[in-house]
Amino acid sequence: MSRFRWLAVFVAAMALVVGVAACGDSEDSGSGSSGSGNLSGEVAGAGATSQQAAQEAWIANFENENSSATISYDPVGSGGGREQFNAGGVAYAGSDAAISEEEGELKAAQKRCEPGELIEVPAYVSPIAIIYNLPEVEELKLSPETLARIFNQEITTWNDKAIAADNPGVELPDTRITPVNRSDESGTTENFTEYMSEVVPQVWTYEVSGDWPVKGGEAASGTSGVVEAVGAGEGAIGYADASQAGELGIAKIEVGKEFVEPTAEAAAKILEESPADKELSADKYMFPFALDRKTESEGTYPIVLVSYLLACTKYESAGEAELVKGYLEYVISPEGQEAASENAGSAPLSASLTKKVTPAVEAIEAG
Amino acid sequence: MARVDTTTNAGQLLAAASGGRRRVGDRVFSNTAVIAAVTILALLAGVAIFLFAEGLPAVTASASELPEGKTFIDYVAPLAFGTVLAAALAAIVAVPLAVAAALFLTHIAPPRLALTLGYLVDLLAAIPSIVYGLWGIFVLGPAAVPVMKWLEETLGFIPIFEGPASTTGRTMFVAGLVLAVMILPIVSAVAREVFSQTPRKLQEGALALGATRWEMIRMTVLPFGKSSVISGAMLGLGRALGETMAVTIILSVSGIVTFNLISQANPSTIAANIALDFPESSGLAINALIATGLVLFAITLVTNFAARAVIARQNIE
Repeated sequence: MSRFRWLAVFVAAMALVVGVAACGDSEDSGSGSSGSGNLSGEVAGAGATSQQAAQEAWIANFENENSSATISYDPVGSGGGREQFNAGGVAYAGSDAAISEEEGELKAAQKRCEPGELIEVPAYVSPIAIIYNLPEVEELKLSPETLARIFNQEITTWNDKAIAADNPGVELPDTRITPVNRSDESGTTENFTEYMSEVVPQVWTYEVSGDWPVKGGEAASGTSGVVEAVGAGEGAIGYADASQAGELGIAKIEVGKEFVEPTAEAAAKILEESPADKELSADKYMFPFALDRKTESEGTYPIVLVSYLLACTKYESAGEAELVKGYLEYVISPEGQEAASENAGSAPLSASLTKKVTPAVEAIEAG
Repeated sequence: MARVDTTTNAGQLLAAASGGRRRVGDRVFSNTAVIAAVTILALLAGVAIFLFAEGLPAVTASASELPEGKTFIDYVAPLAFGTVLAAALAAIVAVPLAVAAALFLTHIAPPRLALTLGYLVDLLAAIPSIVYGLWGIFVLGPAAVPVMKWLEETLGFIPIFEGPASTTGRTMFVAGLVLAVMILPIVSAVAREVFSQTPRKLQEGALALGATRWEMIRMTVLPFGKSSVISGAMLGLGRALGETMAVTIILSVSGIVTFNLISQANPSTIAANIALDFPESSGLAINALIATGLVLFAITLVTNFAARAVIARQNIE
């Protein structure tokens, strides 16, 4: 490891110490022991691949702070993570979708946590960027309708009238459009299709699904595959985590009266605008969001992926409870969110949201 | 069968000669061999049972419960089509190339050069398939873009080159070529082995009758090696059918059925589809993926049995 990396880890660890100390002071909750560096034991988690980079950063920083603690995260996918969590195989899980009644998952999760309660907190918010490969076009603006018509293959060339209308004064080439989608099932696809089907249902008539529904497009596996495919083909357009876009052009999406870029602030803002999903919040420590994708408020970017952490309020052993609590506290803390933002390009949770979900994590105890 | 009897007889004779009892070494060896054989059968049966047991719920499930809302047959058919298409394409490209390479190595190249080149061809089999995949998207794919554009423009009237040509090079055409390179060493090793065993007297007889070297090869080497080459091709086909990583990385899959090799919309293969969808699947969707694995198992089994049948026929001859 390079000296710089050690330095970064050290700085992050110091930030953590200072941050937790500050927390303990202000809350006076008496739980000052958690996170103060003496946690030990092993805790395993599993779930969404989207969280992988963030989890790696969290685990590295957390273990650095608590040298005798071992946290693991197996990026098996959201479905696999929920399954393992419900079966009691892992102590916490990452999921790109809020847990629902489908296939009895919610009931199974609640049962797993008995006599405690199920915790579901947003931990990872990532803006999904629309990336395109047109060397001569520096700035591209797209309305939701044009975007959906490009991805359902109605618009096939870049100099189409609809795109020209969104970009007055920009000279568009007559290149054929190659829409690129994920070939594997993914939360990114699910959130992107959900956005289109909510905002422009008259154009995007497909069902919301993690599997790309339109046949005949270019498909590539994983975020890196999509970025690679868009980079390789002139006239290609795709969707990927904003942090992975690299050198490619990023389209601005029309929200209300303006065109917004997928920045961390703009992505985090949508969680503030969105109400809780009443249907899915079965317990008081569950915070599923019904994302308000149709928002027209200024500076909000609506194409985001929100990934949750699942945990229980009660764990059998005191050691496990302490460790899960300490780890989750770190994850949702401003320091943890900042670490994820640096390593994974996610949007940190806003202060008000952190305050809202903290009681859920604080409630973890041995039982 | 006859051969088994003679060995048993020989074993009994030996045993009789050594005092009427089989030696310890013999017993250890025969028991070990039996255990090894049974283990392989048990493993195969275990895999088959697992595929049946886990796949059955998806086969019997109604369309609405399965991914994409299709019945299992509708779900697996395009995948099976893509699997067979990719493997067949690979075999069509690789077999003539492998046979030609084997002929060169056994009958044309000077022995020392042949030895070195032979090692190099075998080395192709040592490259991990994910590396082939990366080579496919970073090197071969982009390089194939102008070729595919040319194919579309000049041979576009043939359905397989209908286009529109992909701009990224992640097509069935490229995937087939990469698979061809991957199975090349297998086919060529089998062909080389049998070509080098062509009876010397046949070759010399042909040459003595005034045949040119090509005529000699055509009249003696090729007929002699024909069935082995066929079985080698089928072994290669088996490898191409099950190949996962390279196809997963390269192919732009779209779940459609088409013979068009150069467009961005390609049928997926069974193995690639499992690799792509398994991570985010749960419940019945996993059963469906395992059931497609059962279909692949059946396709590969049929291919291998066909290869065995050809080899057996050659042995009788």
